[in-house]
Amino acid sequence: MWLWIALGVVGAAALWAVWTFNRLVRLRNRVEEGWAQIDVQLRRRYDLIPNLVETVKGYAAHERELFEEVARARARAIEAGSVPDQADAENEITRGVRRLLAVVEAYPELKASESFLALQEELTATESKIAYARQFYNEQVMRLNTLIGSFPASLIARAFGFTPREFFRIEDPERGPARVGLAD
Amino acid sequence: MYEQIAANKRRTALLMLGAVVFLGLVGYAIGQLTGGGPTGLVLALAVAIAMSLGSYYAGDRIVLASVRAREVTPEEEPRLHNVVEGLAIAAGIPKPRVYVVPERAPNAFATGRDPEHASIAVTRGLLETMNRVELEGVIAHEMAHVLDRDILVGTVVATLVGAAVLLSELFMRAWWWGGLGRRRGDERGGGPVELVLFALGLLMLILAPIVGQIIKLAVSRNREFLADAQGALLTRYPPGLASALRKIARASGIPMRSANNATAHLWLAQPSRVEGERMGLLERLFSTHPPIEERIRRLEEM
Repeated sequence: MWLWIALGVVGAAALWAVWTFNRLVRLRNRVEEGWAQIDVQLRRRYDLIPNLVETVKGYAAHERELFEEVARARARAIEAGSVPDQADAENEITRGVRRLLAVVEAYPELKASESFLALQEELTATESKIAYARQFYNEQVMRLNTLIGSFPASLIARAFGFTPREFFRIEDPERGPARVGLAD
Repeated sequence: MYEQIAANKRRTALLMLGAVVFLGLVGYAIGQLTGGGPTGLVLALAVAIAMSLGSYYAGDRIVLASVRAREVTPEEEPRLHNVVEGLAIAAGIPKPRVYVVPERAPNAFATGRDPEHASIAVTRGLLETMNRVELEGVIAHEMAHVLDRDILVGTVVATLVGAAVLLSELFMRAWWWGGLGRRRGDERGGGPVELVLFALGLLMLILAPIVGQIIKLAVSRNREFLADAQGALLTRYPPGLASALRKIARASGIPMRSANNATAHLWLAQPSRVEGERMGLLERLFSTHPPIEERIRRLEEM
């Protein structure tokens, strides 16, 4: 009798452990997925920036300092290793892009040109995709970290080496860069 | 959200089962009345099962074709594609396919059976009247329907109801032409078959309002509020959808040519076939949407 009860308890515990482990793996995969998506979008922006700089250069060559600053931020972002470093560099790029677009305001014929409008659509879209990818990533990180941090799941997490992940933080507290300056 | 998904899958299974049982009974009755024996039952069951499978696997294509939606490329509609891709990223699902419906009334819907097989369609009018933020609000609402599997129930309902309407018209016509034949002095087609066809046609006609009720039960008005809220969670910006809904309300006088009762519940806002503000009696019977002002109010309170 007691043997059966003991076996039942052990069996239930084992089932729970497997279930929790699978949940942890699933969440970790979602986090990786989220990070991969951020990466894809950031790369797209790296590709767009030289285009933007070239386009603006044709009209406002005297903004040399700004061009160099943006190029430096881009190079730094491409080489960034950790999540916070990356976030820092990206913030700088966002600032630079915004200033570039502010410069464009002074040149109506550039602003109205077909090629600039297409470029602006791509930039706006990429900015908002970065924001959305970041939102998804942070959501998954929060869920993973919560699970890892809460007892009894924390036992499984520790045993199999699941560690909390870092959030991808951005400067603007609300609605990221996509809303400001770039919208429409 | 997970309860929502489970409930929607359950509803879909029930609907399909209901269709099979109903048609099976009808087939059985025909078989008995015409003396065909079990043939009627077998035939009706085959039709019902084909209808259910068809609505599950091809429902999205049928619905899209019925409103003459056309798939567009990212080159044709860069802004729309970008917005859809962005919100798919936010929702963590593959990017749905993107369609445009040639209608002037601003509206949108999503269809498909799961996030891996989903399509989002918007009208030309929506693309022309909405700015980026409003478009994001609308697409986020549709993305919420995709996430919740509302699209599964909605699509299956649309195709099953569409098939029922088609069948009833078929029966009525068969009866009509059969009757005409007899009046010309032809003896064929008289008797029980004709009677059954007439009875069936009549039955379907009487059933129409009941079917309307079934649609309302299957796709509760609450799911629109839910999708509004979930959409706002994706964009983190409720005023976007609120402003889009306000524009849609203002344009409610523009009729939609391809609107019909079988697909009305899929749209973001109740489509109207007639010009002006008033709703037809049938349209009111089939009305599946909460009043747009109430939706705007709730979005503003978020």
